[in-house]
Amino acid sequence: MTSVLKGLGVAVPSRVVTNDDLAATLDTSDEWVRTRTGIAERRIAEPGVATADLAVEAGAEALKRAEVDVGAVVVATCTADRTIPGIGPEVASRLGLGTIPALDVNAACAGFVYALSVASGLIASGVADGVLVAGAETMSRVTDFSDRSTAVLFGDGAGAVVLARGEPGEPGEVGPYDLGSDGEGADLLEVPGGGSRRPLDAAALAEGAQYLKMDGREVYRQAVRRMVASSEAVLAKAGLAAADVDRLVGHQANARILEAVADRLGIGEERRFLNVARYGNTSAASIPLALADADLVAGERVLLTAFGAGMSWGSTLLRWPDLPVT
Amino acid sequence: MSAVYEKVKGVLVDKFGVEESEVSLEASFDDLDLDSLDLVEFALAAEEELGVRISDEEAEQLETLADTVKLLEEKGAQA
Repeated sequence: MTSVLKGLGVAVPSRVVTNDDLAATLDTSDEWVRTRTGIAERRIAEPGVATADLAVEAGAEALKRAEVDVGAVVVATCTADRTIPGIGPEVASRLGLGTIPALDVNAACAGFVYALSVASGLIASGVADGVLVAGAETMSRVTDFSDRSTAVLFGDGAGAVVLARGEPGEPGEVGPYDLGSDGEGADLLEVPGGGSRRPLDAAALAEGAQYLKMDGREVYRQAVRRMVASSEAVLAKAGLAAADVDRLVGHQANARILEAVADRLGIGEERRFLNVARYGNTSAASIPLALADADLVAGERVLLTAFGAGMSWGSTLLRWPDLPVT
Repeated sequence: MSAVYEKVKGVLVDKFGVEESEVSLEASFDDLDLDSLDLVEFALAAEEELGVRISDEEAEQLETLADTVKLLEEKGAQA
């Protein structure tokens, strides 16, 4: 028994914000942002649009394509609509899935890989035969657009897949997994305010504690090291080598991080996929958004790897099924 | 020229595409067209190739390759 990928759907806000748009109010430039990050533009949700709205749109698409009986919902997000409750139940209800088990997984940018593993676990434990897994974020809601070091990096969007019970070797097979975390780096990438340690009182708001802060250099360094080690670990678990990987679809945070990871793994240009230029870093949504754009061919072996706040990281392998993609 | 310098030169030429003729002890990272992220990547590569860890604070202070080689040697880099 294993879990296989059955459907994929994505949703992004229609509003495109270019580097030049941001440079109108920030001391930065299109050239600076492109050379440092590979990002050209990102999508920003209109006021009033929340993360669950994007998750529902992507989820509906994935369900339509999957034609599988879905018995649970896992949403990977670190920008839920409210502090309480998580958006999983709302997403399940709005998709007409009824009173099935539903929850959020918050592993930030590594959230989608974590959520896939949770879904595989729900299938293995007999909770459900099919699980909708969404990665959805509105990073713009925690972005300080006056901070040039982070304002250019993030974007909004969602992607969803359906995992279903299947047999080893079946097209779409997902796994094994390698997951890890290091809480000693919790403050390297954080939104300090709004939780139990730092409630959003007037002083916290005045300080901007509701916004994301990042130690970019240290995160960069750890991201490269952890994604390389995790990719190697998951390949070893599967009894494979980097040469067996047809496509590397990493978390799209920064083109240079992914290039550094691929270089170290010995995965050449032609086997890498990048679409960070279009969407920026959409956190847990970036891997499904990349899968939808990567022009994958049925049978290709895809290595997924991600790293983010926590610090948290994870990798898995996927045998691409014959899947229609929008 | 020290062995550590030769190693640093090798990393810059192989991993950062710097022209060998441009590399000298007096050259700064600016002269070599390396930006702040390259410096982070260089610190990572130095750790992998030479087994010493350069912190972000230390990396920020580095201007020339002479500074870099000196720091690496002080930290016991084995080329």
